Amino acid sequence: MSAHARTPTWYGQSGGMPYLRDTKISGKLIVIEGPDASGRSTQIGQITEQLEAKGLAVLNTGLKRSGFIGTGILEAKRNVTLGKRTIALFYAADFADQLEHKIVPALHAGYVVLADRYVYTLMARNTVRGIRRLWSANLYSFAMVPDLVFYLDVDPFKLVHRVFAKHHQLDYYESGSDMGHSDDMFESFIVYQRKLAREFEFLKKKYNLTSIDGNKPADEVSRALQGRINDYLGL
Amino acid sequence: MEGIDGSGKSTQLRLLEKWFRFNGMEVFLTEWNSSALVKSITSKGKKKANLTPTTFSLLHATDFADRFERNIMPLLRAGYFVLADRYVYTAYSRDVARGCNPAWVRKVYDFALKPDIAFYFRVPIDVSIERILASRPKLKYYEAGMDMKLSGDPYESYRIFQNRIIQQYELMREREGFAVIDATMGIQEQQNIMRGIVMDRLEVLVPDAKEVR
Repeated sequence: MSAHARTPTWYGQSGGMPYLRDTKISGKLIVIEGPDASGRSTQIGQITEQLEAKGLAVLNTGLKRSGFIGTGILEAKRNVTLGKRTIALFYAADFADQLEHKIVPALHAGYVVLADRYVYTLMARNTVRGIRRLWSANLYSFAMVPDLVFYLDVDPFKLVHRVFAKHHQLDYYESGSDMGHSDDMFESFIVYQRKLAREFEFLKKKYNLTSIDGNKPADEVSRALQGRINDYLGL
Repeated sequence: MEGIDGSGKSTQLRLLEKWFRFNGMEVFLTEWNSSALVKSITSKGKKKANLTPTTFSLLHATDFADRFERNIMPLLRAGYFVLADRYVYTAYSRDVARGCNPAWVRKVYDFALKPDIAFYFRVPIDVSIERILASRPKLKYYEAGMDMKLSGDPYESYRIFQNRIIQQYELMREREGFAVIDATMGIQEQQNIMRGIVMDRLEVLVPDAKEVR
């Protein structure tokens, strides 16, 4: 893996963060996208171990982990009176904070950054809540283009069973209950996850996401991911 | 109402509110960065002084969106007069002065309605600084633009930052169709001009609005 400093690629043509235009990075940004309970964190744990075993410095990051905005987001999720635009901007602020304070510095220092979700999930959530795609795409135009993005494809019915196996209940927001599809949380979860999956079909093409069959057992998924990552990093 | 700190826009806004109420109109006041919800989340970060221009911009956009979705839009639909102490133009000027991309900021806010009237209170920087310092001896960190490391001295930093904001306001003044108010004039004089502008606009919007006068 080369340690040469390079200028990162940003989504926006002129960049959403002009003041970072001279930033150089030498690390790699790898993103694992996928629905709730698709096995992202398990996979990230394994990839981290593998890469660290090979002597690479790895940083794990994810949505909702920002120091000062994160806790507020969790509280706000329970507050159904928040508008869709407010929620969208809230998540964007949190993401920007992590990008600038965690991801960019780590990439600058040469880390492999493994991101548990990235702007795509945030954009998909906006779209299914009725926000224009173009607005979300512009909103996140300040984001850095990752080196690799994987999407774990899992059937919504399979997801439900995995969520139950873990918590015995469905998360309010991940079920899209705020959208009023159905009083029945099970029904709501399926409808919402299907909508998200459909939106990801669009995002995969637009942002060049690599689909991985997440219905398969964890170790098979792991091999598929590892193979691609090792190839890319030249390991 | 737009303009730099100390331009007297809040005073004028209160007087305009009184006038609307005196005439039996339903009025709602909304202030920049005033959503209780968003405030509770940002305060900790602000103390740590680690907000980047983008985060700073997005948190203010979150605040605006909350007020827009919760108050401004529903109240306008119900027929209220909404008086905003700062609106999207504050983001256009301040965030760009901080280093955000102007096109990006405008697109982030493109869900907002264009106001019927946007007053811009134009004031020389020395006058505004004098007013600010008379009432508030200590400048706050972000208010003074200290995050941009323009100067180690808060007062010098404040001056440079406010000047940049004025430049941005001046750049958009014509394109956005600001109603420019000379904020060095007397309070009553400014208010009379504003009421005149409101009446002219109302006569266009509601032909039988003359009764209000």
